[in-house]
Amino acid sequence: MIEVRNVSKSYGNFLALDGVSFKVNKGEILGFLGPNGAGKTTTMRIITGYMPPTNGDCLIDGKSILEFPTEVKSKIGYLPENPPLYTEFTVREYLKFVGKLKDLGKSDIEDRINYISEKCGIKDVLNKLISKLSKGYKQRVGIAQALLHDPDVVILDEPTIGLDPVQIREVRDLIKGLGGDHTVILSSHILPEVSQVCDRILIINKGKIVAEDTPENLTKKLKGQTRCNLILKGDGEKVREILTKYSDDMEISGSEELKINFSLKSEEDLRPKIIRELVEAGGVDIYEFSTERLTLEDIFLHLVTEENEGRE
Amino acid sequence: MKKSFVIINKELKSYFLSPIAYLVLTFFLLISGFVFYIVLAEAVKNLTLNPYFNEPINVPSLIISTFGGFVGTLFLFLGPLITMGVYADERKKKTLELLLTSPIRDGELILGKYFSGLIFILILLLASYLNVLILFYVSKPDLLPTLGAFLGLILFAASLVSLGNFVSSLTENQIVAAIITFILFLILWFFDIFTRESTTGWRGVLGYLSPLKHLQTLQRGVINLYDIVYFLSFISFFLFLTYRSIESLKWRS
Repeated sequence: MIEVRNVSKSYGNFLALDGVSFKVNKGEILGFLGPNGAGKTTTMRIITGYMPPTNGDCLIDGKSILEFPTEVKSKIGYLPENPPLYTEFTVREYLKFVGKLKDLGKSDIEDRINYISEKCGIKDVLNKLISKLSKGYKQRVGIAQALLHDPDVVILDEPTIGLDPVQIREVRDLIKGLGGDHTVILSSHILPEVSQVCDRILIINKGKIVAEDTPENLTKKLKGQTRCNLILKGDGEKVREILTKYSDDMEISGSEELKINFSLKSEEDLRPKIIRELVEAGGVDIYEFSTERLTLEDIFLHLVTEENEGRE
Repeated sequence: MKKSFVIINKELKSYFLSPIAYLVLTFFLLISGFVFYIVLAEAVKNLTLNPYFNEPINVPSLIISTFGGFVGTLFLFLGPLITMGVYADERKKKTLELLLTSPIRDGELILGKYFSGLIFILILLLASYLNVLILFYVSKPDLLPTLGAFLGLILFAASLVSLGNFVSSLTENQIVAAIITFILFLILWFFDIFTRESTTGWRGVLGYLSPLKHLQTLQRGVINLYDIVYFLSFISFFLFLTYRSIESLKWRS
């Protein structure tokens, strides 16, 4: 449905996007993840036809946005980073204008406004001035605007920003409900949000895609990786000898009471084995053995920081 | 072109939801009504002091042309206030992103924006010319100079709006847009005053560039293609620049 082909974008000397390519299938929800300034917004602006790429092309339903701008644009619903609201209008007037702008027929507009305002929870504020609404409501009007003409492709740039936890959950459910009928791309720098809603995650950093997979696979990739903390007293050398068999990035601190931090990279759970070996070796008193599982958050940080180090 | 009407509809709605429109309207009608009264009173006074004055000059026509000249000057001050927000405000509110990602061509957007500003300023013009209608009711002014002056004012206002649209597309700040539009138009205005009477050499060129010169010709009742072409090219030129400016915005932002 959406195909981004080797897209680059530079602002003067600054390369914001560097040869980004990916595909989104029909009905799929793709999460676009990355730190601020990674190029998420730029990518979305190129897909929606707001700005042309310096290089490359972007196809929606097999049609290039550069060659058929109006035709392609009518298939897209877009919520920019800042919801584009005419604050002097009421919500209803605003949605009416958007409907006309997006080629909705006169009779359809009323129906769609009713339907979408129900879905986005803005029915009560339809006749209020947008300038009088709270940030959460404004954001929801922005989402309603993107969904109003029932577009095939929905692109949401940070849709849950500025919402309170309850609203975030509502919006999340709303987006989940879009999958299947609509092809959705949403960006965020908040990980749990993306992992709960999306079928696939694309992590972008400094204008490049650094990872692309389902949330499950991304987690699985580092599932074997477990970080362990060990506190013990005894012969440091002997302990080191044993642990090097299992881990290659051991850190030992403390003199009498040794604090050891190491990671295990194996599908198999090695913890009982290690403890047995330490005890059988003798002369070692174990005070604590704890593990911390790597979350998607760590993967994200890991990928992003690794990339940074590689560049500098 | 259908989309241009959607834009015009929205723009006019926006105008009349903002206080600026009402301030401009009130101020304009107050001042123009007052000036009309003064011009009229002055003419009547001259007439009574000098009974031979009314032949061969048509006094109502004199009143109308003086009044028309004044309305032109007033447009110079109020025009920038009408156009300052056209694009600057959209950029500031980030709503331009909605417009540029909607299925509407840049040309349709620019024409829609342009004509909404023009319609608003024409409403002002028509309202102030109600005064002139009264003169037609009670006396017999020359028709041609009146129509010429009216046409001139329409074209003059249309040029001002086109320049204002362009300047507004350059900035996010409405005030800056208003001031720059005013200054640019004032400079063009002065071209005429500095190059008065000369029609050759660089003075002639500068004089030709001044909208005031062409407005004055039309206000004398001389309607020739030369002046109309000038205004039409002025308008097209700045509409073209606006088009380019919006296009370049996509590359820059």
